[in-house]
Amino acid sequence: MNGHQVVGDNVRRVDGVKLVTGAPAFTDDVHIHGMLYGKILASPHAHARIVRIDTSKARALPGVHAVLTYRDVPRVPHTTAGQAWPEPSPYDTYLLDSKVRFVGDRVAAVAAETRSIAERAIRLIEVEYDVLPPVLEIEDAMAPGAPVIHDEPDSTKIYDRTRNIAGHLLREIGNADEGFREADLILEREFRTHRQQHAMMEPHVTICWLDTDNRLVIRTSTQVPYHCRRQVAMILELPVSRVHVIKPRIGGGFGGKQEMLLEDICGALTLAARRPVKIEYTREEEFYMARSRHPQILRMKMGVKRDGTVLASHLRVLATTGAYGSHSTTVQGNTGSKVLPLYRAPHMRFECDVVYTTMPVAGAFRGYGCPQGFFAQETLVDEIAGQLGIDPVDFHHANIIRLGDIDRLSAQLGEGKEGLPRVIRSCGLPQCIDRAAAAIDWPKKHAARPGRGRLRRGVGMACTMQGSGIAGLDWASAFMKMNEDGSFYLQVGASDVGAGADTVLSQIAAETLGVTLDKVIITSGDTDITPFDVGAYASSTTIISGGAVKKAAAKVRAQVLEVASKLLDQPPDKLECGDNQVFTKCECRRSVSMGEIALHSLYREKFQIMDGASHFNTDSPPPFCATFAEVEVDTETGQVRVLHLATAVDPGTAINPQLAEGQVEGAVTQGMGYALTEELLLDGAGRPRNANFMDYKIFSAKDMPKLTTILVETEEPLGPYGAKSISEVPINGPAPAIANAIYHAVGVRIRKLPIRPEDVLKVLREKRTETAE
Amino acid sequence: MKTMRLRLTVNGHEKHWEIAPGDLLLDVLRREGYFGVKRGCESGECGACTVLLNGRSVNSCMVFAAHAEGSEVLTIEGLADGNRLDPLQEAFLDRGAVQCGFCTPGMILGAKALLDRHPDAGEAQVREAMAGHLCRCTGYRKVVEAVLDVSTHGRKNHNHRAGGKR
Repeated sequence: MNGHQVVGDNVRRVDGVKLVTGAPAFTDDVHIHGMLYGKILASPHAHARIVRIDTSKARALPGVHAVLTYRDVPRVPHTTAGQAWPEPSPYDTYLLDSKVRFVGDRVAAVAAETRSIAERAIRLIEVEYDVLPPVLEIEDAMAPGAPVIHDEPDSTKIYDRTRNIAGHLLREIGNADEGFREADLILEREFRTHRQQHAMMEPHVTICWLDTDNRLVIRTSTQVPYHCRRQVAMILELPVSRVHVIKPRIGGGFGGKQEMLLEDICGALTLAARRPVKIEYTREEEFYMARSRHPQILRMKMGVKRDGTVLASHLRVLATTGAYGSHSTTVQGNTGSKVLPLYRAPHMRFECDVVYTTMPVAGAFRGYGCPQGFFAQETLVDEIAGQLGIDPVDFHHANIIRLGDIDRLSAQLGEGKEGLPRVIRSCGLPQCIDRAAAAIDWPKKHAARPGRGRLRRGVGMACTMQGSGIAGLDWASAFMKMNEDGSFYLQVGASDVGAGADTVLSQIAAETLGVTLDKVIITSGDTDITPFDVGAYASSTTIISGGAVKKAAAKVRAQVLEVASKLLDQPPDKLECGDNQVFTKCECRRSVSMGEIALHSLYREKFQIMDGASHFNTDSPPPFCATFAEVEVDTETGQVRVLHLATAVDPGTAINPQLAEGQVEGAVTQGMGYALTEELLLDGAGRPRNANFMDYKIFSAKDMPKLTTILVETEEPLGPYGAKSISEVPINGPAPAIANAIYHAVGVRIRKLPIRPEDVLKVLREKRTETAE
Repeated sequence: MKTMRLRLTVNGHEKHWEIAPGDLLLDVLRREGYFGVKRGCESGECGACTVLLNGRSVNSCMVFAAHAEGSEVLTIEGLADGNRLDPLQEAFLDRGAVQCGFCTPGMILGAKALLDRHPDAGEAQVREAMAGHLCRCTGYRKVVEAVLDVSTHGRKNHNHRAGGKR
């Protein structure tokens, strides 16, 4: 028990009933009179110039109302990354361009009366391409003589366009070389990670129309309504005041919707056709025309003393952002700043190049650079601990960041610029390790000798951390007003994308006001109605938006008490809120209901009880996570089956523990997919090979191992009611924990993701050959 | 365009609709305002568009609307009895089995089809039946718990309810 009434309670989701009854709550759940269907002509080439484009036949097709090519739209360099202004991502993208840079890049767009007419119109557009050599390997991008992907002169913020380098980072604390000189053991390994796709169940969909004031309304599946409004206004050369973005219920985002992806082209078609237009990605388009996780090649080096003390770490990353630099330096910056400081090494160096290739565009994806980094670091640490004969559990306990520590690497690696140092004010990681270890029966299973049969079992672990909002940058606001029945209207710019933000924010408001949850009615994510919020990303909503809600609710409570003091004839400081009423603190316990206070205020005092607040933090408190996996490896087929995944997370306070558990379980499931099955594959020409759910395998209910979810609650001073965040951090652990468990089971190290049966079998055979020799 | 008349029962109400011969049941239902039928992949892989066709769970993106002639269709909109939710809907809410809610209508109808035939379905049966319903949010644990809460097998064997204060 935490002494709270609503915070910490497993209340049902405030949007739950409409979701289980199928009420029309999502972007596409509307019929708009006269709506047209938009369709994008996608490039069939990985790299080409459009020499000639003839749209006359498409325009002549009955039912077609608009056809757009690069000649018809403003040319405004921008990034699609939904980030705070000024975005740190390069401005290298255009609404439509005369050059295409990946298979799936926009060539043209049409709007027509039916979907089939739109599809026919697309096929009638004649395009002559000057096909250019593609860049389909990360290592080739910077090679001398490599084709320059962004040779256009008007793109900005590209680190070195002539070498296809979108972004470059080099940061050091201490002196890594010196640290390595003092080390008794140094290991350096190369790791490779791949292209995972968000595969949220609702594909990207946008509907635009002109309202009766001729303003552009954008109803869209976005995590970032405010960034989207600003970006669309800039790209379509409209004043921000002429754009209205509405975020309805969203069918999952996971970072894929932290991106202005369809809104600009849908808006352009709407302006051209003067009719409402909808564009929706098909599932196939979603796989390669939306975003994915940045593939990386990581070289990780660590130096330790004989007793296991970590002295120095050095991580070099070569990553690709694909054709456009959306989230390029910021994702990769996280690979260093959120990963290396997990250990208290005095010396750390992080170097990174993010290169353009003519492949699908990478972007924000739950974990935001950390899954790659932790896969390398935690796999390497397991190897180091093994060589030193130290139990990985003990190795972690001895070296992990702890309460009161200052993470100085974060100060060097902010969101595209210098950041702020992180002070650890809450840390439940040691308890996370111990409780997840106990859940999987670690001491017994880790000590067990590997079997000799065909099926062999092993256990592995990993520790990870993340952030809670971007320090000094993410901010949010909230507004509340009181209604006549004593209920409160809560308006937040925060974007619930399915994780439960509306519920958690309502709980924070209800707790602060001393009312039951049904007395809070929330509207979120509508740029005309709700105040500003950067949006749902960087694990920021609970701590940042929640902080704004708590402040706004506290201000409103003060007004409530002011009015109540007149009714109860007691000064406000002698009054308390609770149980939907205000009562005197004295023994007489006289009370007045919230409804009476509201009526009195509105009709006697002629005063609307209402207030708003803004909130940001100068620090990003990390949530912590320990992941333990038990696997079974089939030595004949290389098949890896996860038997049990135990995850313990320190989210600060869990405002709604059941929702928090749901975040953990969803994240580890995506993390397992990342580890074992999910990879968007391209052929030799850069075309997608598996853009469907049959060939791109995400876990189903039947494939799941046993999941154990443990919340280790701490009290974070910077968070509302002690909350930090939870939704990202658990995705980082499964890949390294599973790789380490495979080593424990069969004695081979896997350093490439996803861990496919054929790769496991190959290294098993190599090992057998070595042993035989 | 050629059209044909379709007669069917949706959620207990008789309907007469004009359709094109190639129209998919998914598109026709959405066109007629049954937005609880979700478009997730249009290739029968994700289960978001699940409806019950004569009590059988089908992906409505894989069924021509014409094929539903004379049939009884149940969509998620027809499951609750007025304001009284179906036990499966209640269980999904109590267990926190709903996150974004996009797969939820299909999940609930898939579970209903299972429990209508096997009221005592155990965990393995539930997982097998739910395997055709992809969810990217939950990790399925709470979904399976919710379905087991409603199955007689589940009620016998694990009858602790989620929800409430710690």
